[in-house]
Amino acid sequence: MNTSLAGLLHRVRKVPRLGGLSLTFLGLELRRTLRNRSTIFFTLMMPPIFFLIFGTAAHYRTTTVGRGNATAYILVSMAVYGAMLATTSGGAMVAVERALGWSRQLALTPLRPLTYIALKMLVAMTLGLLAVLVVFAVGAGSGAQMDGIVWVESALMAWAGSAVFAAFGLFMGYLLPSENLMQVLGPVLALLAFAGGLFIPLSGGLFATVAAFTPAYGLASIARAPLTGDGLTVRAAANLLIWCAIFTGGAAALFRRDTRRT
Amino acid sequence: MEHRQTAVMELSTRAGQTMGQDTRAALELRDVHKQFGGVCAVDGISLVVEPGEIVAFLGPNGAGKTTTIDMMLGLARPDSGSVAVFGGTPASAIARGRVSAVLQSGGLLHDMSVAETVRLTASLFADPRPVAEVLDRAGILDLADRRVGKCSGGQQQRLRFAMALLPEPDLLVLDEPTTGIDVQGRRDFWAAIRGDAPGGPAVVFATHYLDEADAYADRIVMLAGGRIVADGTPAQIKDLASGRVVTATLPGASEAGLAAVEGVDAVQLRGDRVILNTRDGDAVARYLLSSTSAADVQVCSPSLEDAFIALTRASQGHQRAASPGRAR
Repeated sequence: MNTSLAGLLHRVRKVPRLGGLSLTFLGLELRRTLRNRSTIFFTLMMPPIFFLIFGTAAHYRTTTVGRGNATAYILVSMAVYGAMLATTSGGAMVAVERALGWSRQLALTPLRPLTYIALKMLVAMTLGLLAVLVVFAVGAGSGAQMDGIVWVESALMAWAGSAVFAAFGLFMGYLLPSENLMQVLGPVLALLAFAGGLFIPLSGGLFATVAAFTPAYGLASIARAPLTGDGLTVRAAANLLIWCAIFTGGAAALFRRDTRRT
Repeated sequence: MEHRQTAVMELSTRAGQTMGQDTRAALELRDVHKQFGGVCAVDGISLVVEPGEIVAFLGPNGAGKTTTIDMMLGLARPDSGSVAVFGGTPASAIARGRVSAVLQSGGLLHDMSVAETVRLTASLFADPRPVAEVLDRAGILDLADRRVGKCSGGQQQRLRFAMALLPEPDLLVLDEPTTGIDVQGRRDFWAAIRGDAPGGPAVVFATHYLDEADAYADRIVMLAGGRIVADGTPAQIKDLASGRVVTATLPGASEAGLAAVEGVDAVQLRGDRVILNTRDGDAVARYLLSSTSAADVQVCSPSLEDAFIALTRASQGHQRAASPGRAR
């Protein structure tokens, strides 16, 4: 019956919903990402380890910073660092997929290019959320103290603000299609983390002046704002928005070049 | 079976539209041209492939096979001419799963398993076949849990094939599909494609293997220098090889002069040696011996490969004469 009907009638062909975006797709991508040992180590294990090493000394626990203690201050810094690494590596996955020719394979499916980008951003942000949650969970059990709402606010800020690094990873992924992109970006992110004062406080001088213009500095500022009680400064918000526009615009331009049919 | 019944119901409401689609060619190329940096890859190809037809693209490297296939799939855009897949653009045919492909250039993710790769691809289609079914048809059901990176080249090729089966396409495009697959594997591969004929998809495949084109295609389209140099059933193409090849030593021979001789189909000059394809070997040999200074005349039967070489050489010679500066 199958064959005879097929001979008489053609199937009505449908276009997939949401351009091919689905929970199956997202789930498989996440599983694949979390299977990568170096991703797990660098983004989910290293930041909480750094926190335990640098942030849990006795005098930090007893020093008050804004609405919490110094341990909490370092906790937020390490959460920002983890979110930076996680979202950048999520966005940078496009580099590997382009280098391997997987994007060309996807071009033979109904998946729309913009849906693909949206998916990569979702994966990057999910990974970023995991990174923040891991650091916060370890911190909660290791002496970090903050007013109840500050826990939620600073985690949300660190996570949401790290979108700028998801865009950064995507931009670099389109700029440098290589399977080893993260090996290049690792040191860059470490340098940026210093610029954001995530490892050691910035103490004036030329580096501090330049550092204030980096996206890591903007991200660190908004993530610490709930704890320090400084509030959201226009400067930090402008920093993040401008970098976001630069990376998104750059990625969009390179993406258009990439998908333009020759 | 269920989706067929749904299809019947839906059809009754949009019968006119669908009836129109049924009469359309699976593929229609009209005078398609494509250049890359001044080098002509495809130089005016026109071709109609009917639903269910199995067509082989046969030609040497650089003949324009892959570029033509890229244009069928919307991966490249023709400089001029038009491409229609079931009457629409390649992109809309891909979005609806009417056309799918196995390409040489498509990469796979090494950190996924075979089944995950197919599941992911299936999630991108509106109405895919079950994962186990396509793995089975491609002969890799037993490899479902293997990492793609641990699969051999031939197994990865079967995986690409399984992915191409997912949308149950009406047109399947295959660029050298059996490269890296052994003879038995090649047989299985074609058995899987022809499995549900009639009612199977139209297939366009590029190949280097003359025997593969002969064994599995309804029709062979020979490409050389970006043009179609022959188009016919395997029997007709083999007829091209049914004449004789006459070779002789003839210093100072004129290609045009020999081509004008009664019964000569193609002329190749290699130094002092002339190679003539003809339907009547005796007549051409007689002419050479009586009317020219030709020596060492041989008459033999060409293989399909010889016919292929003669045709493609002839086309390339023509092109070189037409535009001397062109690199080919």
